[in-house]
Amino acid sequence: MFDYEVLRLIWWALMGVLLIGFALTDGYDLGVAALLPFVARSDVERRMVINSVGPAWEGHQVWFITGGGAIFAAWPFVYAVSFSGFYLAMFLLLAALILRPVGFKYRSKRPDAAWRSRWDWALFVGGFVPALVFGVAVGNVLLGAPFRLDSDLRSFYDGSLLGLFTPFALLCGLLSVAMLVLHGATWLTFKVEHGPVHDRARGYGCIAAIASVVLFALGGIYVAYGDIGYHMVTLADPLGQSNPLRTTTEQVAGAWLGNYQLYPWMVLAPVLGFAGSVLAFVGITRGWEKTSFGGSALAAAGIIATVGLSMFPYILPSSIDAHSSLTVWNASSTAKTLGIMVFVTAVLLPIVLAYTSWAFKVMWGRVTTEEVATNPDFY
Amino acid sequence: MDPGVIDLSRLQFALTALYHFLFVPLTLGLSFMLVIMESVYVMTGRPIWRVITRFWGRLFAINFVLGVATGLTMEFQFGTNWSYFSHYVGDIFGAPLAIEGLMAFFLEATFVGLMFFGWNRMSKLAHLGVTFMVALGTNLSALWILIANGWMQNPTGAAFNPETMRMEVTDFGAVLFNPIAQAKFVHTVSAGYVCASVFVLGISALYLLRGKYVGVAKRSMTVAAAFGLASSLSVVVLGDESGYALTDNQKMKLAAIEAAWHTAPAPAGITLFGMPDTATRTTRYAVEVPWVLGLIATRSLDGEVTGMSELVLKAQERITSGVVAYDAVEKLKVDPTNVAERARFETHRRDLGYALLLKAHVADPRLASPQLIAATAWDVVPNVPLMFWSFRIMAFIGFYMIALFAVAFLLASLRRHDSTRWFLKLALVSIPLPWVAIELGWMLAEIGRQPWAIEGVLPTFLATSSLSRAALWTTIIGFTALYGTLAVIEVRLMIASIRKGPFEHAEDPQPAPGTIPAQPITA
Repeated sequence: MFDYEVLRLIWWALMGVLLIGFALTDGYDLGVAALLPFVARSDVERRMVINSVGPAWEGHQVWFITGGGAIFAAWPFVYAVSFSGFYLAMFLLLAALILRPVGFKYRSKRPDAAWRSRWDWALFVGGFVPALVFGVAVGNVLLGAPFRLDSDLRSFYDGSLLGLFTPFALLCGLLSVAMLVLHGATWLTFKVEHGPVHDRARGYGCIAAIASVVLFALGGIYVAYGDIGYHMVTLADPLGQSNPLRTTTEQVAGAWLGNYQLYPWMVLAPVLGFAGSVLAFVGITRGWEKTSFGGSALAAAGIIATVGLSMFPYILPSSIDAHSSLTVWNASSTAKTLGIMVFVTAVLLPIVLAYTSWAFKVMWGRVTTEEVATNPDFY
Repeated sequence: MDPGVIDLSRLQFALTALYHFLFVPLTLGLSFMLVIMESVYVMTGRPIWRVITRFWGRLFAINFVLGVATGLTMEFQFGTNWSYFSHYVGDIFGAPLAIEGLMAFFLEATFVGLMFFGWNRMSKLAHLGVTFMVALGTNLSALWILIANGWMQNPTGAAFNPETMRMEVTDFGAVLFNPIAQAKFVHTVSAGYVCASVFVLGISALYLLRGKYVGVAKRSMTVAAAFGLASSLSVVVLGDESGYALTDNQKMKLAAIEAAWHTAPAPAGITLFGMPDTATRTTRYAVEVPWVLGLIATRSLDGEVTGMSELVLKAQERITSGVVAYDAVEKLKVDPTNVAERARFETHRRDLGYALLLKAHVADPRLASPQLIAATAWDVVPNVPLMFWSFRIMAFIGFYMIALFAVAFLLASLRRHDSTRWFLKLALVSIPLPWVAIELGWMLAEIGRQPWAIEGVLPTFLATSSLSRAALWTTIIGFTALYGTLAVIEVRLMIASIRKGPFEHAEDPQPAPGTIPAQPITA
């Protein structure tokens, strides 16, 4: 139905859709968890915050899991190279993400204050650490990772955990935290009753919105003037078989901006990133809650899309080997697998979106302190 | 490859997978039992069934969340620790995992939130529908992961492509309808149903022994007895024996389970007991029942059950043939257009994986001597005593489960299940047994697959990531500490919930006075 080139483009776009889907849904759960100890002081307040995401976080988390599975199916090279390369960072991420479900479910099972406070901090870790690690990982993808492939296409990684935390990667990590905390804060203003928690969420939301704009701008400046970017020397064959060794890459400072000259419409993504954050800020200060939530969603979508579009056709460049970089044209599954998976996704994703919206509608309405105190089904 | 890294990678995968599968079977079975209980509530409208559903639902929640949390590790561990595996078979293996996410995980995870939070936000029937979606989602996820696992045991519908140095899909239908995957799916979910039935049976027995919550316990036990009897029959009768004649590795598994060192004349006898000795390749003190194995394994009187020595000889031929394929691949790497080498590769490509076995002993398989090939052929034999004993313990527990549930079903039919104290005690102490059988079953399936990560295609020792021992130790210790802590917390919360009982509020109907006087268990 589609040729190999189109299938690869579709899967490159779908990877973006899954990542953005993850940021828009689970992103606010992470932000809410990171804000938990700060926006809510008393036990009732904290339970209100936890229950604002209580019924939905499990479904949201599946965006992350499915994202992993989809990368495995469509981009096996990316799955194999990145997760084994960023090995200890992945462990950190998984350990933090494991704390989160358990924290949600177990925290309120016992009345003991020390128990609950420990879980509140576990939830904070489960929100803050993943947000940070995701950003640091994206920063390292932009910088290029120190890996090379041998003639059997086995990947060797030449770096360490601490080596990931370069200034630019940390900047990306903080941007990711700011972006998701903003999204979490706008969710809270929308979902919890008016009162102290609502007010504090507005305060943190404003700070996060400003931080998003500033950090995103700083990131852009580094990409423009720093020593970062890759360029393809040989012309890639979009219909060729997936073997990265046949591509030659060179490092060219500023190359990540090249696409915006080739395809000016791509500027839309960074513009959305800035405009969304500003919209969220305006919405929060004026008390327009739906607008601010929409704004933070647009900001996250715009920022993530900016990364993908700037790097196109690269997905994971190698910083140490000219013949190992992974691109849209050399790192995918076969046309057959991509085609089957396009079909499966086209059938299943709309169904998922339909029942997710239904679930959202069923749980519509603000969480109140009164309901927290009386509803036996609440965490 | 560093052998330490290989062993540690296997250890970590085994630990995290076995731990994950402590929680999964209960989820698989209890979700359907909740559907049954809630259906009775919707049909009869009697509040006691609402109490019952919500009570087991709370225990379900405590268990479910750890399944979710530890499942995260599983989804990414192929990439983190089995990077070459991910590259080599990602074109086939990734798809079921992605579909599992889209079709199953979204379903169960979205609806599980509504199941717990939605009691007062929708009609009774709608809530039952939600509960059913959770059960459907969990069971669909088992289907897709077993399609993936079944493909590792019987890699159909795929071929090696020297241009991309990996296996690529040729027939997705063959991957989907892999007979081994289907047998495994039925066997695994049935085991989950048995596990949940024993859980409900045992805890209900505890309440009955103590004379507490008799109304809830009696009814729960009836559900468990019926569901458990059907499931335990299914798990044994529809066990995955049926796939054991399909591939060389499956035949080897069967031979190892039976410690059949040589092919016996058909129909082969089954060894009930014995001491497999790997040094002399004999089984001492064997107690045999004639004919039975031949009947079970080949479903015929004249089918042979191939012995290990014969399978090793076959492996030796396949290694020799595979070396030709390996040589052709190396030449195609340099010159992809070489037609003669391409033809040589096509003739021998089925055996390429066997040549890779030599890499455990020599860097370039083409340099292997015939003696080395003969010695390497014995690598295809898995750990025989471990296979032999795991199977026997698992099968014994399986038959015991049938007996337990047959008795439970009989007593429930005679309405004597609340007063037969010896049976209640037996049910209580039986709670851990399904878990033992299930974990042994996984060890049997995965250790039995050794030395292969993908049967006949990719040896395990080539499948790992290029990691350091230090990195692996860090994560093994980290996961063990984290998982250990969570296990302790989980068990404590379970016990606290069981102790608190099914009733959430004072206004709930009080349990009917039972026929047994309340007294502590003395045994």
